[in-house]
Amino acid sequence: MNEVCFKNIDKDQCWSLANYEASGGYSVWRKILKGEYTPEQIIAELKTSGLRGRGGAGFPTGLKWSFMPRNAPGQKYIVCNSDEGEPGTCKDRDILRFNPHAVIEGMAIGSFVMNATVGYNYIRGEFIEPFNRFEGALKEAYEAGLLGKGINDSDIDFDLYSHLGAGAYICGEETALLESIEGKKGQPRFKPPFPANVGLYGKPTTINNTESFASVPDIMLNGGQWFADLGVANSGGTKLFSVSGHVTSPANFEVSMGMPFKELLELAGGMRNGAKLKAVIPGGSSTPVLTAEVAMAMTMDYDGIDKAGSMLGAGSVIIMDDSTCMVEALTRLAHFYYDESCGQCTPCREGTGWLYRVLKRIMDGQGKADDIDLLLGVQEKIMGNTICALGDAAAMPVESFLRNFREEFEYYIEHGKSMVKG
Amino acid sequence: MISDNAKKQINSWIEKYPQGKQSSAVMEALKVVQAENNNQLNHDLIQAVADYLDMPGIAAAEVATFYENYNHKPVGKHIIRFCHNISCMLTGADDLISHLEAKLGVKTGEVTEDGLISVKKVECLGACVGAPMFQIGDQYYENLTTDKVDEIVDGLK
Repeated sequence: MNEVCFKNIDKDQCWSLANYEASGGYSVWRKILKGEYTPEQIIAELKTSGLRGRGGAGFPTGLKWSFMPRNAPGQKYIVCNSDEGEPGTCKDRDILRFNPHAVIEGMAIGSFVMNATVGYNYIRGEFIEPFNRFEGALKEAYEAGLLGKGINDSDIDFDLYSHLGAGAYICGEETALLESIEGKKGQPRFKPPFPANVGLYGKPTTINNTESFASVPDIMLNGGQWFADLGVANSGGTKLFSVSGHVTSPANFEVSMGMPFKELLELAGGMRNGAKLKAVIPGGSSTPVLTAEVAMAMTMDYDGIDKAGSMLGAGSVIIMDDSTCMVEALTRLAHFYYDESCGQCTPCREGTGWLYRVLKRIMDGQGKADDIDLLLGVQEKIMGNTICALGDAAAMPVESFLRNFREEFEYYIEHGKSMVKG
Repeated sequence: MISDNAKKQINSWIEKYPQGKQSSAVMEALKVVQAENNNQLNHDLIQAVADYLDMPGIAAAEVATFYENYNHKPVGKHIIRFCHNISCMLTGADDLISHLEAKLGVKTGEVTEDGLISVKKVECLGACVGAPMFQIGDQYYENLTTDKVDEIVDGLK
């Protein structure tokens, strides 16, 4: 446990440059500055490591970095996505607070690989404490001569800045995030063109999640194989899991990929008050909900969770005990997507409103007999029909809640009250 | 319209972006002027920010109305932003919000009579392992209980 992003977490002032350097921090970056690595070597090492995008999509990081036209003329950018805000997800906040230098070094390594001399870390507007911590680390790194122009008498430039959001979940979508840095509404762009070709200010840009960047220095320090061996096939390394909800000790845990869900639950102190597990959302509110039985047999890696019928997402594990009314839980999630839809695509803008309002009327005792079919129909019409994944993210919980806990919805509609809470 | 102090803060953001891309600073510029105007924006302030950043007024207005952290109606000196989404809901946020509403004599979205506090229900604030939680100003308050809520709110001046 705590071998990569959290490896210094028990130290006093674990976020300081001194602590970071004492455990090998910036040694990879210093070697790069001395010309001891080629971009190809770094990409090869990342591919060996099996690191996949930790923001939710799980795209192989090494492959993503290889897409950047590093030798194309003109400015290129590297961007970190710290716009964390999907219900259940709170790991990047802790990486920024407790290990900001790993994010900086990871971005610096990426900047070298992709020949991007300017970087931005997009931090959600509410994360003032993590922002201040990251700014403090940036100041330390500049003062130590690790960032800037012609760093350490090399011909390498890298300037890194943070950008603050202002309250919009959609800006976690990478092209909405770029729009937002450009000072616009955070509405996703059509793809293609992909950011690697047309990104920030129209220039080639690579965007990775905070945890992905923070994992890179240790992968380079210890080797891609070392990281791969920490995890399981197809899911290299460790992963931060945010375990929240009805557990005794909710927390972020950095554990090896492939850990049985059962063990992760034990790490979080087991079920609160010894209650019975009812349901698990394994990867954040967008990922399909699982029944207790399925979850207890699952392992925490991309393939393991996929096999169980859901997705690893950002590793945001929401635990629900048998006191949970699933109608109420889904209504709350539906409200989230209704509130956060950017309004650009009709199926999502209108569909999320329909989903929320129909669920709300069920909760108000006004449900109609065909409301379940209506909900399923609406989510089906959103799914796959929008520019970005927020539409799918709004649809998937509805389908999975209705599939796994349909009787609770039927009961609520028929009796006008919750089967669980009365 | 924009104070010298605000301009200084806005300029420190403009410096981060490439030459000619000063409109990238609009989100922070709006926050800066909002903070100097009782936590509230209006048409003239938005236009002033747009002029300062040399961008169309409508473009700044789009930003000011798209993002959640800008206020267009009166709010309290302190805004309690209470997370009510899933992890907070599972750990009792709804009861705490009701408790807070009763204590202050306001509903969410309203301001106390003395103008000191407004309460807002917000979506996930990204601190789910510390649920239930709320934000006041720059500060997160986590693992809330009724006693803790009382203590924090009683300390607001």
